[in-house]
Amino acid sequence: MSGNRHEPPRRRDTAALIIAAGLVAVGGVMLWDSARLADLGGYSGVGPASVPRVVGFALIGLAAWTAIEALRGDFPQRPPQNAVPVLWIVAGLAAQLMLLHVAGFSIATGILFAFTARAFGKRNLAMTIPIGIVFAFVVWAIFSQLLMLHLPAGPLEHLVFPRG
Amino acid sequence: MSAFEFLMQGLGTAADPMMLLYALIGVTLGTAVGVLPGIGPALTVALLLPVTYRLDPAGSLIMFAGIYYGGMYGGSTTSILLNTPGESASIITALEGNKMARKGRGGPALATAAIGSFIAGLIATLLLAFLAPWIVKVALVFGPREYFALMVLAFVTVSAAFGDSALRGLTSLFLGLALACIGIDQLTGQARLSFGVPELLDGIEVTTMAVAMFALGEALFIAGQRLQVEDEVTAVKGSIWMSRRDWARSWKPWLRGTFIGFPIGAMPAGGAEIGTFLSYATEKKLTKHPEEFGNGAIEGVAGPEAANNASAAGTLVPLLTLGLPTSATAAIMLAGFQQFGLQPGPLLFATNPTLVWGLIASLLIANAMLLVLNLPLIGLWVKLLTVPKPWLYAGILLFATLGTIGANPSAFELGMLLGFGVLGYVMRLFGYPIAPIVVGLILGPMAEQQLRRALSISQGDWTTLVQSPIAAVLLGIAALALIVPLILRARGKGEVLSQLAGEED
Repeated sequence: MSGNRHEPPRRRDTAALIIAAGLVAVGGVMLWDSARLADLGGYSGVGPASVPRVVGFALIGLAAWTAIEALRGDFPQRPPQNAVPVLWIVAGLAAQLMLLHVAGFSIATGILFAFTARAFGKRNLAMTIPIGIVFAFVVWAIFSQLLMLHLPAGPLEHLVFPRG
Repeated sequence: MSAFEFLMQGLGTAADPMMLLYALIGVTLGTAVGVLPGIGPALTVALLLPVTYRLDPAGSLIMFAGIYYGGMYGGSTTSILLNTPGESASIITALEGNKMARKGRGGPALATAAIGSFIAGLIATLLLAFLAPWIVKVALVFGPREYFALMVLAFVTVSAAFGDSALRGLTSLFLGLALACIGIDQLTGQARLSFGVPELLDGIEVTTMAVAMFALGEALFIAGQRLQVEDEVTAVKGSIWMSRRDWARSWKPWLRGTFIGFPIGAMPAGGAEIGTFLSYATEKKLTKHPEEFGNGAIEGVAGPEAANNASAAGTLVPLLTLGLPTSATAAIMLAGFQQFGLQPGPLLFATNPTLVWGLIASLLIANAMLLVLNLPLIGLWVKLLTVPKPWLYAGILLFATLGTIGANPSAFELGMLLGFGVLGYVMRLFGYPIAPIVVGLILGPMAEQQLRRALSISQGDWTTLVQSPIAAVLLGIAALALIVPLILRARGKGEVLSQLAGEED
């Protein structure tokens, strides 16, 4: 066929439309919040609510622009993604967040370490979790004992440094 | 006193053994993160902010500057030997540098990069020292409206002027500005966008956001890529020394690169990479060996490498004299100053000359250290490239969370880290630039404060913003920087701009 450049047909980009909706939501929240502020403009006429209001309107404007580009299919192609490794890292971070004050820095961070390694291809958790915990413990010892950083201690840390 | 005397005095400060140690740690770390793909100087400084909280301010800032300079050196090694730029300012180096390495000329490529970086760093740091007092003098007449105009210019150039889409740049910027509104209003003390959550009253922590955006966002993005490219390190064969001919072909590009890179770094245009592109284009045009370009021309390594170091020094000009960051790394360094209760700007030169001049002088010392670290010790850095990816990223995430936990060991802060990390991932996925959101968060409150001050002085008269010639010119340039690229893109000439896309460094 002459003149056919084998472009994929330009279609509605649903993901980009969701982004536009998200931007409207953020902009809306900003407008809603700025509406309840007492606008003490003083001499300037520009109070604490003014800038959030401008940013809120700008975000809604950008959302409209995003929606137009999404409908015209102007957004760039996205690189194909594997969800599983991404979820492993997110799970690792969530686990660290929940365990940090219960199990201490080393164990919580060791789990994050192992889950991240798994996302990048080291699948044997039975091996990587102990490695992670030992590594995190060494880091904890250096930073909390030598550099005086406050890092939460747990059973493991109390075992080795009884005075924490 | 003249700039020269101040510089001599600064050298006295910087020669203190403790300061030398800080500088050495800085340049070593900087080289390491420059070499490692996926982490850059902006992220490293952000990670170190909480750690340095209890250390000496001058020493910490010297270390941060050393990291910035070191990152520029280290990036070239990865580009040349791996064909994967260690950070965005070294993308161009990979074009010719990796070709040279494959032809067995990796040694001279590394040498011209390191020596060029040294010469550029030296000249540019001296330029910084002699220009700074002049700019400080000019800046002393700056009032709130001039500062506001300057920040608007920085917003536009960082978000909309370069990159492949003004829409996505501006969206990223305004998200940053929205986040900047969270917390207690500086002028009236009212809580904004805190929704009754006490943790939000202090605002969003810059370091948490930067670490999440750069470290977590990048790690998630790399992990999610379906095609995992196995990188291959090209071994350095033969001598690392340059032949007489290499020297003859390198010295002019070094100097040209320096004088291209320095002003570009100093302008609010977002990063070192633009200077490297211009330098490469210049060398390609001026070379006597056009056939070699694309097949390993040494000029194509020498020029851009000099340019990226010169622009790192150039970035420090507006940062130190005006308090205006023009790249993501500079923005994080500004947060570093603020952490110690210091506000860079003309006043800092008057109130704390020892610190400012010590910092500038230490850059000269750091530069010399880097030459030693990067030529004779190059083998060590090459080994760093062989660390397997799983351990590398696991380590990066460990240190990323360590910084946040060290600053504030609360589940809320870690939750924000995770949330922003996911946001950074989504933004990367959809081609949103990261630098504007960070710059928006850091500069947003400052711009708002200056605007409101300017309007208070004029009693609410908006025309005051364009009544000063300096402010009017700055705002005019900002308007041009917003409109001209839009027209260029509409006419289908956007490729050049997207090549100039400013990334994280």
